[in-house]
Amino acid sequence: MPSLPDMTTPDVMALARDAAASQPHDPHLQDVDLKPAFFDWLCRMGDNTAILGHRISEWCGHGPVLEEDIALANTALDLIGHTQMWLGLAAEVEDAGRTADDLAFLRDAMKYRNVQLVELPNRDMAHTLMREFLFDAWHVEMLTALLQSGSPRVAEIAAKALKEVGYHVERSSDLVVRLGDGTDESHARMQDALDRLWPYAGELFLGDGVDAAVAKAGIAPAPGDLRAAWERTVDAVLDEATLRKPEGRFDVHRGGKQGRHTEHLGFILAEMQFLQRAYPGASW
Amino acid sequence: MADPATRPTVDQVWDWLADVPDPEIPVVSVSDLGIVREVRWDGDTLVVAVTPTYSGCPATAVIDMTIESHLREQGIGRLRLERRLSPPWTTDWITPAARDKLRAYGIAPPVDGTAAAGAAAGRAARLSGQGLSVACPRCGSADTERVSQFGSTPCKASYRCRDCLEPFDYFKCH
Ligand SMILES: [Zn+2]
Repeated sequence: MPSLPDMTTPDVMALARDAAASQPHDPHLQDVDLKPAFFDWLCRMGDNTAILGHRISEWCGHGPVLEEDIALANTALDLIGHTQMWLGLAAEVEDAGRTADDLAFLRDAMKYRNVQLVELPNRDMAHTLMREFLFDAWHVEMLTALLQSGSPRVAEIAAKALKEVGYHVERSSDLVVRLGDGTDESHARMQDALDRLWPYAGELFLGDGVDAAVAKAGIAPAPGDLRAAWERTVDAVLDEATLRKPEGRFDVHRGGKQGRHTEHLGFILAEMQFLQRAYPGASW
Repeated sequence: MADPATRPTVDQVWDWLADVPDPEIPVVSVSDLGIVREVRWDGDTLVVAVTPTYSGCPATAVIDMTIESHLREQGIGRLRLERRLSPPWTTDWITPAARDKLRAYGIAPPVDGTAAAGAAAGRAARLSGQGLSVACPRCGSADTERVSQFGSTPCKASYRCRDCLEPFDYFKCH
C-alpha cells in the first residue's frame, strides 16, 4: 500500500499556493469580523476528521479480517484527505502564514477543536464501528447541509467529501446491523459500545457563539438543526440491529469543540506530532 | 517557448496528457480518467487544472508530479498546476475507451451513469440490497458478489465471480 499523501515537498506546497489563487471568489475569506469564528469552525471540521482518521488508522495491519483492515485504512485515508481540505481552508482564512500541516502537527491539545467522541480509544471492533456510525450519521447530514453553504469554498469541499462519506455510512450502518443482530457475543459488545459512547454523541449538536456566527453568515447550519435527521437514521439502524437506545442524556460529555478534551487526545497528538516536534520542518 | 507563434497548442498538450499514465492503473491515462479538467495558456505560462479522484487518494501528489515531469520533458518551461475541487470528479467522466482498457486489465469499470450522490446513494444501496450488477472482467458473467466495498486502492471495491470463481477489483462509482 502506498504511503500517505506527501504534503510537505516543495512541489506540493507550491501547488497548494497556486491552487488557492485559482479558487472561486468567496467574500467570506475577506470578512475580518467573521475571521475568528470561521477559522475556529473550519478547525472543528478538520480536527474531527483528523482525529477520527487517526483513530481508525490505528487498525491498519490489525483488522480482524483482511477486507475490514482494508476498509478501515481506506476510510482513514478519506478522512485525512478531508482534513487537508478543511485545515487548508482554515489556514487560508487565518492568513497568518500557517499551512494545513502546521495546524495538524504543531497545535497542542487545548487548541484542538474536535468533539470528544472522536478521540476516545478504539477499545474493540464494536466500539470502533459504533463510534464511526454515530459520527458518519452526523457527517452525512452536516455535509449535505453544507452543499447549500453561502461560502462556495465550503460548499465545494462538502460536495467532494460527501461522495466518500456516503460509502462510510453505508458500511458502518450495515456492520452495526450485522453485529447488533448477530451472535450473543457480538450483540452484547455492540450494546456495551453504544451505552458507553452515547453520552458523547450529543456534543455534535451543541452550538456556541462560533456556530452562531457562521450560521448567521450563511456558511453552516446551526448544529441543533441536524439532530432530527440524525436521530431518524440512528433510530432506524439501531432498531434493525436489535439494539436498545440508552435512556440517559446523550450530551453529558462536552467541551471538545472549545478545546477541553479527555486525557486520550494528548496521547494521540504525542504519536501524530512526534516527527514534526522532534525534527521541525522534516519532509519526506 | 513563450512566443505564441511557437508554443504548443492546447490540443497538442492534450495529446501529450493522453500518454501520461495513472500511477496506480497504468493502462489508463490521466486524461482517460477525466481528472484533467482544463488546459490553457495564461500569458506565457501553461496552466493545467487537475481534480483529485478521492480526497485521500495517495496517488494525487504522484499524479501532479507525473504530469509536471511529462510536460517538462516536452519542453514546457513555465507550468502551473491548479487543483480544482469543483465540480467534484465523477467516474462518469471516464471515457468509453478507458472502460474497455480497464476491463482488459482485469478491473471491472464503473457501471455507467451511477456515480454516487453521497448520502442518497448510500441509503438507496441499503434499501435495495446491493443493487447494480457488476460483470466479471474475466468471463463476463453477471453472477458476481461484492466481498467488500473497499479494495486495494481508494477507488476500488472487491468482488468475486460466482461462475469462474476469480476475485476481481471493481472501479466503484464516485
Ligand atoms: Zn468470472
